[in-house]
Amino acid sequence: MNPIDQLFQKLRAERRKAFIPFITAGDPSLAATAAFVRKLAESGASLVEIGFPYSDPIADGPIIQASYTRALERGIQVDPILATSRQMAGDPALAARGIPLVGMVSYSLVHRRGPRKFLEQAQAAGYSGAIVPDLPLEESESLARLAAALDFKLIHLVTPTTPMDRAARIARLSTGFLYCVSVTGVTGERDRLPDQVLDQLRRLRKETDVPLCVGFGISKPEHVQMLREEVDGVIVGSAFVRRLAEAGTRPLEDVVNEMGALAKLLVTALNPL
Amino acid sequence: MPAAVPDVQGRFGPYGGRFVPETLMHALEQLTIAYDAAREDGEFQKQFDYYLRQYVGRPSPLYFAERLTHEAGGARIFLKREDLNHTGAHKINNCIGQALLARRMGKPRVIAETGAGQHGVATATAAALFGFQCQVYMGEEDVRRQKLNVFKMRALGTEVVSVTSGSRTLRDAINEAMRDWMATVEHTHYIIGSVVGPHPFPMMVRDFQSVIGTETRQQCQEQVHRLPDVVIACVGGGSNSAGMFYPFVGDREVELVGVEAGGRSAVEGQHAATLSHGKPGVLHGSYSYVLQDADGQTAPVHSISAGLDYPGVGPEHSHWRDTGRVQYTSVGDDEALQGFDLCSRLEGILPALETSHAIVEAMRQAKRRAKQDVVVVCFSGRGDKDCFEVAQLRGQEID
Repeated sequence: MNPIDQLFQKLRAERRKAFIPFITAGDPSLAATAAFVRKLAESGASLVEIGFPYSDPIADGPIIQASYTRALERGIQVDPILATSRQMAGDPALAARGIPLVGMVSYSLVHRRGPRKFLEQAQAAGYSGAIVPDLPLEESESLARLAAALDFKLIHLVTPTTPMDRAARIARLSTGFLYCVSVTGVTGERDRLPDQVLDQLRRLRKETDVPLCVGFGISKPEHVQMLREEVDGVIVGSAFVRRLAEAGTRPLEDVVNEMGALAKLLVTALNPL
Repeated sequence: MPAAVPDVQGRFGPYGGRFVPETLMHALEQLTIAYDAAREDGEFQKQFDYYLRQYVGRPSPLYFAERLTHEAGGARIFLKREDLNHTGAHKINNCIGQALLARRMGKPRVIAETGAGQHGVATATAAALFGFQCQVYMGEEDVRRQKLNVFKMRALGTEVVSVTSGSRTLRDAINEAMRDWMATVEHTHYIIGSVVGPHPFPMMVRDFQSVIGTETRQQCQEQVHRLPDVVIACVGGGSNSAGMFYPFVGDREVELVGVEAGGRSAVEGQHAATLSHGKPGVLHGSYSYVLQDADGQTAPVHSISAGLDYPGVGPEHSHWRDTGRVQYTSVGDDEALQGFDLCSRLEGILPALETSHAIVEAMRQAKRRAKQDVVVVCFSGRGDKDCFEVAQLRGQEID
C-alpha cells in the first residue's frame, strides 16, 4: 500500500489530522533542507512536501518565489535534490514514523526529464506522490496513467474558483489526498481565511472519500482551529519558507529550532491533546 | 483556411493547451465561451472594425519600398505599415479586441505585461478609451530603460508596477501578471500581448491580429494583381507574425518566413531564437518551443530588441515550424542595427529594432530573388522607442 494511503488510514482511525509542512529543496543548501525536514518530522509533521525550485512558478507568492530564486541562483539541480531526498526518506526520523515525502514540482521539470523517468526516479528517491500545480485535470491524463501504474500518487488541486461539478470530478481523480486551495490567489500567509472554504469542504466531503487537505495562506493556530473539524490535514508553506530568507546568514540550528517550534504550535492547534 | 487548429483543447498539433494553476481554469473556460460568442456576433465584429478604422487608423498602407528594392537589386519589397497605427505598432489591434471583450464580459479592470512598453502603452490606451482601471507589469530593468513608455502609460492613467522578482524582465512581468490574475480573476481581464499563454489566448490574439494579413492579402491583389511570393515578419512571442501569416497559411504558393533574434551569438543566453535552438516544453501556460536548461528551468535570453527578448514562442508557431509551413531564421544584433540605419536612410522610416530584424531578412530574400518577385514585410512598429537604446550603443547622448 502507498505510504500516503497508510498514513491517512491510520490518522482517520485515531481521529487525528495530518500536519503537512512545505519546504524548498536547496534553500540555503540541501544539507540544510535535510536538517529542516528531520526537525519537522520530529515536531509532529505527518507528511512533508518538498518544493522543487522552478524558474517561473506562477502559482507562488513572493515568499516561495524568492526562495526558489535563491536556490536556483546557487545552482540547485534536480539530480542532487533527488539524491538528498533519498537520504531524507531513509532518515529514521521519517522512516520510523512512516512520514511520506511528496514533491511539489512544475510540469516543466517533469516534461523535460520525461514523465515516466521523472516519476520512476522520484519514487526511487523516496517520494510517495507529487503535486504538479500547473497541470490541470485536462492535461494530466497521461501522467495520471503513468503514476497509477507505479502506485505513485498524483495529488490534484481544487480552488475557490473551481465550480462544484468540476471540483467533484477532480476529487474523484485525485489520489493520496485532494489539495484544497483556501484562497483565490497565490501561495502566501494571510491574516484570515475566507469562510467559503468551509462550505466547499463540506460539499466535497459528500462527493468523495479521498482525504481533504487545505493549503495556501495558513500560518497561525487560529487558521488551523477554524479548519480542523472539516479537514483531514493542513498544509503550511510560506510560514516556514519565510524563515529560509535569513537561513544563509544565521546559525542553522536557530532556524531549525524555530521551524520546530512553529510546527509544534500548529500541530497542537490541529490535534489538541 | 485551416479551421481545425486549435482544437477544443487549444492544441495546434501537439502544442498549446492550458498548463496553468487550477485557479485560472474557470476563468479561461469563461473567456473561451465569451470569445466564441463574440466572434460569431456581427455586432462585436462591427464594433471591432469601427475602432480599428476610426481610432487605430486602419487599414494601414502596403507601401512599395522603392529605394530598399533598388538597394537589394532583386525582388520588389513592400512594407505593411503597422508603424502608422495609433500608438505606433501592431499591438493596438489586439488591445482593442480584448478591451471590447472585457467590456462585453463586464470586467471593470484590465492588466497586462510589457517588455519594451509597446503593449503596455497600447493596453493603457485601450483602458483609457473604454474607462477601465488598468495596471501594467513591467520588469524593473525595462522600467529603467524605457522611461518614455513608462511616462506615457502613467499619463494615460495606468499604474505601472515594477517587477523585481526573478529575471526582472518580460518573463517575470508575465509571471506577475498571471499572479495578479490568480487573485483578481473575478473582476479582472488579463490582456496578454502576444500569441502565448494558455488557450484561448494564442488563438484569440492571432485572430485579432489577423487583420494585418487579411488587409495585406487584399492590398497585394489590388497593387500587384497576385499574392506575394514571400511574407516576412519578426518573431518574439509571435503576434505580428501570426497575424500576418495566418490568412496566408492556406496559400501554399506563398512562402512564410519568421525572423527570430539571433542576439550576439548562438551560445545559450546570448540570443532569443527559440524555434532555432529551443525544445518543446512548458512556459507561461502553454506547451511550445522554449529555451530551457537540461532540468527544464527557463534559460536566460538576449536581444538588442526588447520585444524579441523572450525565451518562449506562441504554440501555433511551433506547429508551423514542425509542419514546415513557415521557415524560421534569425538575424543578429549587429545586422539588425544595420537594418535600422538602412531603412531610416533609404526610406525615411525609423523601424523598431524588432522590425529591423525582418527588414534584414527581406533584403536577403530580395537579393536572391527575381525582379518580378514580391517580398512583403510586416513593418510591425516604429523606432522612436528605440532611439535612446540605439544612441547609447553608438556612444551618443540624447538629453
